[in-house]
Amino acid sequence: MASLKNVRTKIIGVKKTKQITKAMNMVASAKLRGAQSRMERFRPYSCKFQEMILDLSGKMEDSVHPLLGERENPRSCGIILATSDRGLCGGFNTALISAALKLAGEKEAEGLRVRFYHAGRKGRDAIKKSGKPQGELERFTLDPLDFQVAGNLGKAVVEEYLSGDLDQVYLVHGEFVSLSRQKPAVRTILPLPAVDAGGKEPGERLYEPDPASLLASILPHHIKVLIYQGLLETSAGEHAARMAAMDNATRNCDEISAALNLLYNKTRQSAITTDLIDIVSGAEALKG
Amino acid sequence: MDKTLQLDIVTPDKLVLSERVEYVSVCGVEGYFGVLPGHVPMLASLDVGKLVYTVNGKRQKAFVSGGVADVAGDKVIILAESAELADNIDLARAMAAKRRAEERLASQADKVNMERARIALRRAMTRVQAHDER
Repeated sequence: MASLKNVRTKIIGVKKTKQITKAMNMVASAKLRGAQSRMERFRPYSCKFQEMILDLSGKMEDSVHPLLGERENPRSCGIILATSDRGLCGGFNTALISAALKLAGEKEAEGLRVRFYHAGRKGRDAIKKSGKPQGELERFTLDPLDFQVAGNLGKAVVEEYLSGDLDQVYLVHGEFVSLSRQKPAVRTILPLPAVDAGGKEPGERLYEPDPASLLASILPHHIKVLIYQGLLETSAGEHAARMAAMDNATRNCDEISAALNLLYNKTRQSAITTDLIDIVSGAEALKG
Repeated sequence: MDKTLQLDIVTPDKLVLSERVEYVSVCGVEGYFGVLPGHVPMLASLDVGKLVYTVNGKRQKAFVSGGVADVAGDKVIILAESAELADNIDLARAMAAKRRAEERLASQADKVNMERARIALRRAMTRVQAHDER
């Protein structure tokens, strides 16, 4: 049986762990609020942007811009993998990484060269270990998450796409379904999926400069908007996942400490019983 | 007809401004243009520049770095990569950016960086100007 001292040390240790997990849970929930409000603030921007693209692309043919329309015989494919920078958030990153690797496997089966781009340290480390080729970027961490991260990524993939180095680009990111549910999602970034005008007749308006060059200047930015949206969702998902993981951990700590307490009391009791028996039998012997 | 416009300046990080204004002037890629109530619907690509708007006859300034302006009905929506009201411009930061860009231009590095430095310099100078003229 474990000694009293051992059990006591363990109980103290578990309690300390619980304090940490509880604090991490609170930190994650505060950060989640931040991430969610950032998503809220970004929504008007992205909605408006979507509208504009719709309006513009309603005006012209698909083939008008190189970023639109499928390429025949694609040879290479880029995957932007958005993960978190830190761990301790349950299966969140693992799910994202395996989704990305699965996509990469499918693409390789089709005979495409696959190259990874990263937003988030965890994904980068995992892909590095798997030995798949990665694009070079100055920055791959999500912290601090601002539009520039998406801007850099967007610029890199657009350049590679236009130069013919990449024929397809996908974004693997965490979809923020709800507080308790986040799942990996794959989104096509390039070629831009055809936007459906939904039968809405574009109104007459002036364009400055002409629609074609306006579209040309907006589209690369639209890609950054898409990426940024994915990154924001990933970050919200990360914090939600960490909150859940830390909540679980806190509960586990409670369970373990209850079990340890029981063990401690039992051990103490049996030690007392042994001592008592010793004393009583000693007294009996003296009486003898 | 109502003689005001609803002006919204939106950046990816926040809503910079949402106000009823009487007049807006922005810097399009083909030059500055003004918008009064009753303007024809228009979509315009924006350059780095100053944005001037009037509220109750008072001229206000803001800095807008690229983006798109959408004029529809009595609404003007500016989607900018970054934008600041003149009062919120961080002068020290703009000055530092200006100095950095100037140094880079003076060092005559490769072409891509030169182009980038030139744009950065313009951004910084416009920021400083908008701040000084407020």
